[in-house]
Amino acid sequence: MLAYVARRLLVAVPTILLLVVASFFLMHTAPGGPFTSERPLPPAVLANIQAQYGLDQPLWKQLWDYLYNIVVHFDFGPSFVQKDRSVNDIIAHGFPISLTYGSLSFLAASVVGIALGIAAAIRHNTWIDYIAVSLGIAAQALPNFIMGPILILTFTLWLGILPGGGWNGGQWQYLIMPVIALSTSYMGNIARITRSSMLEIMNSNFIRTARAKGLPTRAIIWRHAMKPTLLPVVSYLGPVFVYVLTGSVFVDMYFSTGGLGASYVSSALTRDYAVLLGVTILYGALTVIVNLLTDLAYAWFDPKIRY
Amino acid sequence: MKPITKLAIAALLSGTALSGVQAATHPETGQELAADQTFTYRLLDDVSSFDPQIVEDVDGANVVRDLFEGLMNQDEDGNLVPGVATGYELSDDKMTYTFTLRDNAVWSNGDPVVAGDFVFGWRRAADPATASPYQWFVELMSIENASEVIAGDLAPEELGVSAPDDHTLVVKLTTPLPYFPQMTTHSTTFPAPQKVIEEFGAEWTKPENIVSNGAYVLTEYKPGERIVRERNETYWDNENTILDKTVGLIINDENVALTRYLAGELDRTDVPAGQYPRLKEEYPDEAISFPRLCNYYYTFNLSDSGPEAFKDPMVRKALSLAVDRKIITENVMAGGQPEAYSFTPEAVAGFTPPSSDMVNMTQAERDAKAKELLAEAGYGADNPLSFEMVYNTSEAHEKVAVVLSQMWKQKLGVEATLANMEWKVFLEERGNQNFDLARGAWCGDYNEASTFLDLITTPSGYNDGKFSNAEYDQLITDAKTAEDTTPLYTRAEEIIAEETPVIPIYHYAGVYMMDSDVGNWPVDNVEQNWYSKNLYKLAE
Repeated sequence: MLAYVARRLLVAVPTILLLVVASFFLMHTAPGGPFTSERPLPPAVLANIQAQYGLDQPLWKQLWDYLYNIVVHFDFGPSFVQKDRSVNDIIAHGFPISLTYGSLSFLAASVVGIALGIAAAIRHNTWIDYIAVSLGIAAQALPNFIMGPILILTFTLWLGILPGGGWNGGQWQYLIMPVIALSTSYMGNIARITRSSMLEIMNSNFIRTARAKGLPTRAIIWRHAMKPTLLPVVSYLGPVFVYVLTGSVFVDMYFSTGGLGASYVSSALTRDYAVLLGVTILYGALTVIVNLLTDLAYAWFDPKIRY
Repeated sequence: MKPITKLAIAALLSGTALSGVQAATHPETGQELAADQTFTYRLLDDVSSFDPQIVEDVDGANVVRDLFEGLMNQDEDGNLVPGVATGYELSDDKMTYTFTLRDNAVWSNGDPVVAGDFVFGWRRAADPATASPYQWFVELMSIENASEVIAGDLAPEELGVSAPDDHTLVVKLTTPLPYFPQMTTHSTTFPAPQKVIEEFGAEWTKPENIVSNGAYVLTEYKPGERIVRERNETYWDNENTILDKTVGLIINDENVALTRYLAGELDRTDVPAGQYPRLKEEYPDEAISFPRLCNYYYTFNLSDSGPEAFKDPMVRKALSLAVDRKIITENVMAGGQPEAYSFTPEAVAGFTPPSSDMVNMTQAERDAKAKELLAEAGYGADNPLSFEMVYNTSEAHEKVAVVLSQMWKQKLGVEATLANMEWKVFLEERGNQNFDLARGAWCGDYNEASTFLDLITTPSGYNDGKFSNAEYDQLITDAKTAEDTTPLYTRAEEIIAEETPVIPIYHYAGVYMMDSDVGNWPVDNVEQNWYSKNLYKLAE
């Protein structure tokens, strides 16, 4: 097991390196640059600015310097667009915010989604099932960019009980709408996956055997059906965890949270190379780690899996 | 800022201290002031910087204008009023400006503001090591040796700006520049605190480090969330400043911003395109629209890579004539934008664009003339004109482009296909003349017609359509030093009307939802250079 983890982590290094190199070159092939502007800068001015950010160097040199600074100084460079801030600054400010509402959304989506799914499955074809399925489908059809404006209209304008946006250090009033907006559609998906998985498990041979030997339903569900039911859910949850952090651009935009999602997207649009690469590395590393954790979780959920 | 009496200050102070007990009134208008003097407005995005020599976006410049004060300021109407300088003298050859600085201006750390702070700031703006995106502005100001310093051929110390004593700033120009004093309201020309910059380096603009000389100081910056500036107690005119605090809330989505405005969280926000008539009806006191110093147009690609058809001025003129601007301003934008028949907006100071023959025609007459010209140029049912029009991705631009292409199709049988591009791609393609017809827009850098007319001179970096007319270029060159620019600019606009290198569509309007409690918003300042110190909040 430990050897497996070590091996996976070792593989992660070249994976992330490959990601950086690929992103770096892809980014530079996109038309325009960070200093392309409505009024083109005079050549002398452009040259001064490019020299300042090292963009006058050949690409391989830029990449090398970039990697060197990260490895040796843990310095991801300055932002080319937000001139007062470094990439380290931007990540240090935005990531804890994204992580906070992302984790809460993840928790809300998993707990409610799984509960809905199980309730629907064990009360298959009853009104509970119908309600749960309807709720799940409705939730799935409400992506965060639809939920955002609806929530603000409802809670801020009509009811006047929640602030329309901001973060304020993550006070609960400021968290409610972002978390609802971000978790709703995932909740729907999780409920649907849990329900179908549970239905399949409940019809399998080992459950029939458990029933035949007279175990009460409660014990069957908790002791035998739960773990295998959650296996496909877990494989969905891994990527979702990364998505709720990366996919939070709409939450950042609508609720002015100051999270990292908005910085990520705007850095791509403004060709803020350093920020774009820095956040890509962060998300890349996060994906690798979450994938590893997901794989380790499989072993716990399914005794047949051994590392 | 207008002078106020001591009595009124006393009333104001006591009103603030004993809020609710005795209401303060405005010293001049006598209106009752709100106890909470906080102005909250929407910002589209994070600003580029708080550093006066680095900032390059309009929202950022608005913040920096509160934090720092330059030689001159603008009043509510955009007129020049003293800032740190009490006035200036111009030499007989019109090449040397001598500014006299007030002796009571101090930085927020208590240090006096001296001429050397301006010298440092201006050198810093030109210094290649600062890598300011506004280095070109120093060049535009025609300061001696600016180009050489920017190119790295001379040391920044050689820039034509000096401080013979603490309260005198001397600027030497390479050519007379009538609007030079106006340019000293631009953030690039603000003073910079050398000691602080050297102590903290790139970190100097952080709220905990920044030292500034304006009416406000930066007290809080939460990226992606809010920017707060509060009254600077050391500011020389602090006692005449009414507003205590200005909060910029960063809200990317304009519809969300409007909702939050309606929920009472904001005092000012932008009106999304097309929503002004509805809001004006519902909130007549709050929905406001006023002309701004910006134009919106389409530019023909007249370079070799452009379509052959556009080389013919008759074709260009026909396309311009067939555009029913009224439909675009009233039905598409619907925010009180003026229709555009000239390149320079009518809101510009000191110049009234001539009314072209097009202005005096009805739209039916224009359409008839357009058909005639196009037929004369050899295009019609048997030889239809077709081209591609490009614009950067945006809902409002798309609406305008669709309407334009429909007008041309219905009236002239012209096939215009639409192509939208992401901003940076659009700039790249337009800049490399990879287009037939492209959207363009420009907001004046300063309130003088040349800020627009310069754009389509042959050497201009912004002349993406590659229009080139020797007479036009000469007119603009002559205007730089002319006593009376009106005949020159008038002729320049006439050439634009004759040659039609661009199709002016409309001129911008500032379309805001503004809480009726906000006093003194500078609606007549077409550049919309606003100063928090000139604003106040009225009691409900």
